[in-house]
Amino acid sequence: MTSALHLVAAAAAAGEVTTGEKAVFFILAPIALIGAIGMVAARNAVHSALWLVLTMLSLGVFYIVQAGPFIGMVQIIVYTGAIMMLFLFVLMLVGRDASDAVIETLRGQQAWAIVLGVGFAGLLGTGLARVVGSLKVVGLEQANADGNVQGIAALLFTKYVWVFEISSALLITAAVGAMILAHVDRSLRDGTAVMSQPERMRARFEPGSYPGPKPGPGVFATSTSIATPAKLPDGTPAQRSISPILPTRELTAAEVANKQTEGR
Amino acid sequence: MKPLAQDPTLNDFGHDPWWIVLIKVVVVFAFLVVMTLFAIWYERRVVARMQVRPGPNRNGPFGLLQSLADGLKLAFKEDIMPKLADKAVFFIAPVISTVCAFTAFSIMPFGPVVSLFGHKTPLQLTDIPVAVLLVLACSGLGIYGVVLGGWASGSTYPLLGGLRSSAQMISYEVAMGLSIVAVFMTSGTMSTSGIVAAQAGSDTHWGPITAPSWYAILLLPSFVIYFVSAIGETNRAPFDLPEAESELVGGFHTEYSSLKFALFFLAEYINMVTVSALCTTLFLGGWRAPWPISLWAGANSGWWPMLWFTIKILLLLFVFVWLRGTLPRLRYDQFMRFGWKVLIPANLIWIVALSGIKTLQKSDWDGTKRTMVVVGVVILLLIVALVWPSKKEPEKLTVADQIAARPDGSFPLPPLDLVVPVNPRAKRITASREEPVTVGAPDDSTGPKEA
Repeated sequence: MTSALHLVAAAAAAGEVTTGEKAVFFILAPIALIGAIGMVAARNAVHSALWLVLTMLSLGVFYIVQAGPFIGMVQIIVYTGAIMMLFLFVLMLVGRDASDAVIETLRGQQAWAIVLGVGFAGLLGTGLARVVGSLKVVGLEQANADGNVQGIAALLFTKYVWVFEISSALLITAAVGAMILAHVDRSLRDGTAVMSQPERMRARFEPGSYPGPKPGPGVFATSTSIATPAKLPDGTPAQRSISPILPTRELTAAEVANKQTEGR
Repeated sequence: MKPLAQDPTLNDFGHDPWWIVLIKVVVVFAFLVVMTLFAIWYERRVVARMQVRPGPNRNGPFGLLQSLADGLKLAFKEDIMPKLADKAVFFIAPVISTVCAFTAFSIMPFGPVVSLFGHKTPLQLTDIPVAVLLVLACSGLGIYGVVLGGWASGSTYPLLGGLRSSAQMISYEVAMGLSIVAVFMTSGTMSTSGIVAAQAGSDTHWGPITAPSWYAILLLPSFVIYFVSAIGETNRAPFDLPEAESELVGGFHTEYSSLKFALFFLAEYINMVTVSALCTTLFLGGWRAPWPISLWAGANSGWWPMLWFTIKILLLLFVFVWLRGTLPRLRYDQFMRFGWKVLIPANLIWIVALSGIKTLQKSDWDGTKRTMVVVGVVILLLIVALVWPSKKEPEKLTVADQIAARPDGSFPLPPLDLVVPVNPRAKRITASREEPVTVGAPDDSTGPKEA
């Protein structure tokens, strides 16, 4: 598959549309369109995200076919690999049953949206077709002269370095802003203090709360009765080894006394 | 050693007739499936060896057919579809995983240009100018299988596994991508065959010593970070949090059975082979023979390189198994902290340092200026090291001090001079043996002879 793409890419660099490129376009364009429509039409948010992934993948292949292998791969890695994965992460946190409300809040909104959407697409499509249809494509060979990646790098670090830096600053600002806005002081929950993990760990081993299993009654004791407390390593009786509902039983003097049963 | 003429370049690809392409596709497919079957057996045997037990040894010589039998058994098991599952997504998730795993291997260079039925063709399915990015893209898409499988199962544990997997993938793919950047900077190409050719031998000589050519040595920090993040990417121990069996039953594949589970299993092992193969290609000289073998003139020509390539992959797979047999699973927050606060910053610093070195090498400055720059950087580092706040080591207490420091109400300790009375039954047991067995004693002279 990829070697075919390689041929196609080589041909595209020469400035002609090959059969392979046409075939790829006519197979993937409907798929990309179905993905886009499916994204809007799907009720389930995760299904929407998956349809969008399909569209993005098709776009990535289009870029590769049009002699832009780097941008195609970056489209797949960054958009489908990272951004959509973040979307999915959030959607999954929200829960799998969350789906859009079917009730229309604005009456007739869906019908109007379809009419206007199709109209806009028609206008845009015809406009683009009129402009691009008779256009002769030039300059691809020069742009990719030293290789596609090298060409992009040269542009990014010379002509567009300022734009590139500004957009990265914008992204960082957005990320920091999102973190500040979404930050919740976690030391308090519902007004009560929440212990941090190290604090909880220390509390677990504090005197009086031994984290190990309780010794069973009768362990290392002189009797196997469940009323006999286990002995701790220093020999003291472990009171918590006995069930609290067991009554403490002490023998009366009469019970302790010799019953005189021998030699009858 | 200069790169040989038989080294494939990007221009050598895309000229094969269709039947050679078909042969290569089938061979890559077969290689991956056989490697999976072998790797499962290999892992079980190696882990067994580490745990002093035999491992699978019943089916076939040395138990080699065990994984084949297991695979067949899996295929014939009942396929269970949970009632709450999202049917379409549940079905497609393992397919995504497997397809991506297979696709990533299409750019792995197995060897130089060979003659195949009279055609000169490189031992590699294809190569593109951005080949390494293709592997990253495939591993990024492959995670969709895991995440969607977890989500579509309609059950809690798989969902948690899927969530963990997506977070893990986003974090560790960044570290992985950054570690590859250093390789791109040094080799000047992203095509796998080009990277292998760049590691063929270096032109830099320091007196009699030739500079090492393997990027594992030249770019050691990148190599280490790549391998660590590769383990995170493939969900292997100690980073196997998406399928942590002690917390999440089976993680994302809890609800999967039969052939769908087998596909997930296949994808995981293929991913292991793929990251090992990529590691070999990027850092360990690819299909080229290592030093003692490379003295033999024919080592890097013909079909031999396939053998070196496979041996290198198997050695890396051994490290995977070794880690699994040695390390306990990380806690989730430790795992995330390690990725974001250790791997990525270290990687960034290393890339900046490497670009500094590259710029210095390319500059037309004379020796004094270069020395001054290097000395300046060293002084700067020393100042930083001096100013860096030092962490105070807690002073070490003796056992008696530690006991004295325990607050009242602590769990009681036995007295330190406690003499444990000899078990009356122990005597009878040891007396029946010919030689007393000393367990835990440093040597026979101090151990109890008869007790």
